[in-house]
Amino acid sequence: MITKVHMEALSPTMEEGQLVKWHKAEGDEVASGDIVAEIETDKATMELVARGDGVLRRIILQEGGTAPVGEVIAVIAGADEDISEVAGASANGGPASSGPAAPPPAAPSAAKGADSPATPAAERVEDTGRDGERVKASPLARRLASDLGVDLSRVEGSGPGGRIVKRDVEAAREAAPAAMAYAADESEYEDVPVSQLRKTIARRLAESIGPVPHFFLTIDVDMGRVIQARQSLNALLEQSGEKVSINDILLKAIAAALRKHPDCNAHWQGTTIRRFNAVHIGVAVAIDDGLITPVVRNAHAKGIARIAREVRELAGRARERKLQPDEYTGSTFSVSNLGMFGIHEFTAIINPPEAGILAIGGIEDTPVAADGQVVVRPRMRITMSCDHRVIDGAQGSRFLATLKGMLEEPTAILL
Amino acid sequence: MAMMTYRDALNAALREEMERDPDVFLMGEEVAEYDGAYKVSKGLLDAFGDKRVVDSPISELGFAGLGVGAAMAGLRPVIEFMTFNFAFLAIDQVINSASKMMYMSDGQFPIPIVFRGPTGAALQLSAQHSVSCETYYVHSPGCKVVTPATPADAKGLLKAAIRDDDPVAFMEGELLYNFRGEVPEDDDYVIPLGVADLKREGSDVSIVTHGKMVHIAMQAAAKLEKDGIQADVLDLRSIRPLDVDAILASVRKTNRMVYVEEGWSFVGVGAQVAHIVQEEAFDHLDAPVLRVTQADVPMPYAKSLEALAKPTAERVVDACNKVLYR
Repeated sequence: MITKVHMEALSPTMEEGQLVKWHKAEGDEVASGDIVAEIETDKATMELVARGDGVLRRIILQEGGTAPVGEVIAVIAGADEDISEVAGASANGGPASSGPAAPPPAAPSAAKGADSPATPAAERVEDTGRDGERVKASPLARRLASDLGVDLSRVEGSGPGGRIVKRDVEAAREAAPAAMAYAADESEYEDVPVSQLRKTIARRLAESIGPVPHFFLTIDVDMGRVIQARQSLNALLEQSGEKVSINDILLKAIAAALRKHPDCNAHWQGTTIRRFNAVHIGVAVAIDDGLITPVVRNAHAKGIARIAREVRELAGRARERKLQPDEYTGSTFSVSNLGMFGIHEFTAIINPPEAGILAIGGIEDTPVAADGQVVVRPRMRITMSCDHRVIDGAQGSRFLATLKGMLEEPTAILL
Repeated sequence: MAMMTYRDALNAALREEMERDPDVFLMGEEVAEYDGAYKVSKGLLDAFGDKRVVDSPISELGFAGLGVGAAMAGLRPVIEFMTFNFAFLAIDQVINSASKMMYMSDGQFPIPIVFRGPTGAALQLSAQHSVSCETYYVHSPGCKVVTPATPADAKGLLKAAIRDDDPVAFMEGELLYNFRGEVPEDDDYVIPLGVADLKREGSDVSIVTHGKMVHIAMQAAAKLEKDGIQADVLDLRSIRPLDVDAILASVRKTNRMVYVEEGWSFVGVGAQVAHIVQEEAFDHLDAPVLRVTQADVPMPYAKSLEALAKPTAERVVDACNKVLYR
């Protein structure tokens, strides 16, 4: 029996995957469930398993190549079975020209843990142009654009009703190198390929700053008591060898404050706003070539030491690209901390459908007026980005006031 | 090569096949004493006698059925319809008897019969004598349908049709009989059924067609060439079997197609070809497939209206410009 190996949706938002490594060679015996390849998704490197028994007869997508979800990337069949019908596509220069493809099988990992596993189709956005309307292009123009790497949303269509046709794609392709003509020799720049992860970041952030109406609230916090609290906690933890960071305490305080302000712990869903009781905090982690936000689940119900352990463990695996999809999805609120880079203050872009994100600056010794005297205090600046469709200024401000109160008097977290 | 008319090419094919195989015989209205209404059978009565060149009464259903019976009994009849327009009554024998007998007898009775005659419009023959009948015949599995456009194709395809063991509807044209062209003199010149012919090679647009419309397509291609457009003109030659590979190869090259059809558009041959193209070559299309066909009305008798109802080279040029976005 012939089993087509498809590029599967190995993350809930994955639209295409890059083939990192084939674990089987052409001619190898394969049993259902065997790992056949490693695929770099938009989030992590995942394993692709065989869904049929036989011999790996044909590898269509070579290592390093990229294919959209649903594309046939290899063929498993009996040793002597005729596979010309399914494998013939590779002779025409790649799977893109293959016949009607079977619908992509849903990967089990895509459904696990996610509240609503998004189908790849629902997530597709490249068909929309600048004004959000569907791009009208001939089938040939679409294929050419994909082959030549031309972004159809930036091409002006000359056909009826603005349809993009072959000549428009070719013109766009020719125009692109012309614009670069004045660029100096190659030593002045480096062309860095856009990774799957970078593509996802670009798409998601553009999606956010466009349709999401952001506004920003900034507050200064005196961190003296938090620093003391951290010292006390670490003294208590000394025997266990564990340590907590300022950021861990911060996460705990944010979770506690969000419990008191569920209007800020919410998702925009178009026709409804979903306010969460549980607090799942997405923690932005810088990794090579991008960032990812592993989720500390039920942060409101966990102790600071446990939060510290989880954050370290998740961040470590994030840097190794080993996170499972359910570990970086489903957050209700996010935090980005650039204090360690010496950043005083900044604004963060909301991770939709969440309604808010906190941008945490560094703790700096700052002269402040207290009781008529200028004193030097460890101060930290927090800027909250709010989706105005969900959170109004007063709601966000009340949440920040609660958070400030908890950080300046950490025992309030216990209330 | 010899220069000859389409009529003489058909005559040569009949004569050669009747000499080659004593089971071949010709039957139809006025095919013997009168040499055929369009003189296709000229001289055959003298050459082969009245047992093999048989005048029938004006009774298409009757002699079509007689032919099917003769084929079942082992002969290879060629049944001439003065025009397929007169054979609507006889289509029962073609579809229900000839086309299905092999299947219904589990292979016991092949029906090696050819039904031949002109199809489509000539000049001012009005609504009942101007129908392009091929659509009625291609719809049914079991009957091959062949539509030669040139004298060479007429000869090579008729010889293939007579030698074929399946029923073949062999569709000619009143306006084609006087058309002259080069014909190979080889008396074994046989063109296999189901192989299309690229009558003109271009790169910009595929004009796909069959039968008499090949000449309209060639005129259109000549006009387009003056404008710098190079058109493929693909003559299907047989509609069943259909040379899908040749259609797809042309469309994959030019990325656009215009189908030219003498008959009506609704559920026409062009509709089927367009369907195949969108299914098999979707990613190669840069424009929707357009069709140039007869207007969706019974053929008018008035000369001016008839001209407006038929496909013309100008309309083909317009359609090509449209799919070229010009």
